[in-house]
Amino acid sequence: MTVLEPRHAEELPEIRQAVAELCSRFGGSYWRDLEPDSYPERFVRELTAQGWLGILIPEQYGGAGLGITAASVVLEEINSQGGNAAACHAQMYTMGTVLRHGSDTQKQRWLPQIADGTVRLQAFGVTEPTAGSDTTAITTSAERIAGGWRLRGQKAFTSRAQHSDLMLLIARTTPLAEVSRRRDGLSVFLVDLRQAGLQMTIRPMRTLMNHATTEVFLDGLEVGDEALIGEVGEGFGYILDGMNAERILIAAECVGDGHWFVRTAAAYASNREAFGRAIGANQGVQFPIARAYAAVEAADLMRWQAAALFDAGQRCGAEANMAKLLASEASWQAANACLDTHGGWGFAAEYDVERKFRETRLYLNAPVTNNLVLAFLGQNVLGMPRSYGG
Amino acid sequence: MNVVVCIKQVPDPNSPGQLDPSTHLLKRDGELVLDPGDEFGVEAGLQLVEKHGGQVTVVSMGPERGLDAVRKALAMGAAKGVLISDDSLRGSDALTTAKVLAAAIRKQDFDVVITATESTDGYTGVVPQMIAGLLDIPAVTFAKSVSVEGDKLTAQRQTETGIEVVEATLPVVLSVTAGVNEPRYPSLKGIMGAKQKPLDRPGPADLNLEDVGGASTGQRITAIDSAPERAAGEIIKDEGEAAKRIVDFLADKKVI
Repeated sequence: MTVLEPRHAEELPEIRQAVAELCSRFGGSYWRDLEPDSYPERFVRELTAQGWLGILIPEQYGGAGLGITAASVVLEEINSQGGNAAACHAQMYTMGTVLRHGSDTQKQRWLPQIADGTVRLQAFGVTEPTAGSDTTAITTSAERIAGGWRLRGQKAFTSRAQHSDLMLLIARTTPLAEVSRRRDGLSVFLVDLRQAGLQMTIRPMRTLMNHATTEVFLDGLEVGDEALIGEVGEGFGYILDGMNAERILIAAECVGDGHWFVRTAAAYASNREAFGRAIGANQGVQFPIARAYAAVEAADLMRWQAAALFDAGQRCGAEANMAKLLASEASWQAANACLDTHGGWGFAAEYDVERKFRETRLYLNAPVTNNLVLAFLGQNVLGMPRSYGG
Repeated sequence: MNVVVCIKQVPDPNSPGQLDPSTHLLKRDGELVLDPGDEFGVEAGLQLVEKHGGQVTVVSMGPERGLDAVRKALAMGAAKGVLISDDSLRGSDALTTAKVLAAAIRKQDFDVVITATESTDGYTGVVPQMIAGLLDIPAVTFAKSVSVEGDKLTAQRQTETGIEVVEATLPVVLSVTAGVNEPRYPSLKGIMGAKQKPLDRPGPADLNLEDVGGASTGQRITAIDSAPERAAGEIIKDEGEAAKRIVDFLADKKVI
């Protein structure tokens, strides 16, 4: 494998530094005080005002028009500084479906507002109580009515729906029983949550960490024709199109977490004394941190490679998936080394270790479970028999 | 109204600086940043032009790597950068630095020249006054707030005993203290836009400066010594009057 030069290499250090400076005004206590379920509104507003969440939106629509490499550095740095990029990363990339498959009218209407933050598009209704990784099994339906569509069903784990103006939603426009391929008959809608009345209910779900996730109940919500993105029945492909970008960005967040854990653990191990010497002088403490560091750095190389391929317009499915797999495992390894290093204090909220520990655990399972990543590698990259699905 | 802000790139104050024992100069091989004190100056300049119109030009003297500091100021919102970088200027003392900066400032259109009170590496704290002397304009120093009306600049000036309110007629050199404002950080558009902004790279000859730096400098560092160990503090044991003794101690030091 030849390692590629990242796109916008010259700007990356400046981007990293500026994001770090912004984050320095939102220290550990800011994030701690939001627990268990307050949204980091002030942080997200500031990030938006400085243009960071419009980084992927083309300049013609008011964004910065940079690539996935630069975007990944922004999210990495938020997590590396002790914050949680998951609170807002979707504002960066959910618009990709509109950008790639929306009409000119839809793009001109929404992208400039998403770029300047007047409109938030950071909710994506995919998962349902009985359909997770097997997306094609969703039962939420969109029924054709005069001038639009009527939506019925229930979504689960729709994150940030209460902090979003628009929600991208995938629904069946043709029932599963009537399609020849499972992936057919799914369509994507852009739902204006501000105009949804009583036909939609959003309920917050309490989870392991502060993630602002929700259940969304659609009880005959009507949307106009202008809500449909792209062609009827082609929605599943549109979602797959955005996967590689998402995998790379998530990998970068994991790398940021990994660096936070390793830095925090190494500092504590060097300063905390027990039995008359720094605990980091003991190999039982030192080596797990060093090993986690090696894992994070290795995963980071795969992330840079995937991002460079993506920005060069080359195939990067294997690299993007491997980056997400390796980085989420590495950050979890680093999280455990950091918690072990801190002993009891690792469990105390004021050290932020337990919060970051909970936050980084999510990446092993979401937005895609690592078993599906392995299935992709086994089947699509290595050509082995299909290991899942009907 | 046009503002020139003098800036300097310094070793990151978060990591302890070291002197090179052979040259007696500060080692600059680690992480370098825009002097945090200068960020207040850039912000003060930006606030003045946002209120009164005009533009901010940043002027810096230093090695080639100093471009990063200039670019950061441009990303914050300055309109133009000037970096004077020349081997002959290595090891310049405060007066040489002031001469070079003053020569570069003279080429700009300016009403206010803003500096920090001192750099976060050399700490001489005399360059602002020297620039004012060389430009033959007033120096208003240690400002903790500033406003301009017409051609009159008013500054509140922090002193040991209180706050002085000082007025001066433009053009002036103004040194600002940390805390005069909250410096902005570069936005994404600022970073991307900085590349298109004009950057001047005049040499000493372009500024009609011959023989200003290095060996011809009027000041030499003859020796360096470690700072003396800090004396142990006084521990006051509370025998009923600890509070009073602490108050007396603080009053004696003029802290309260």
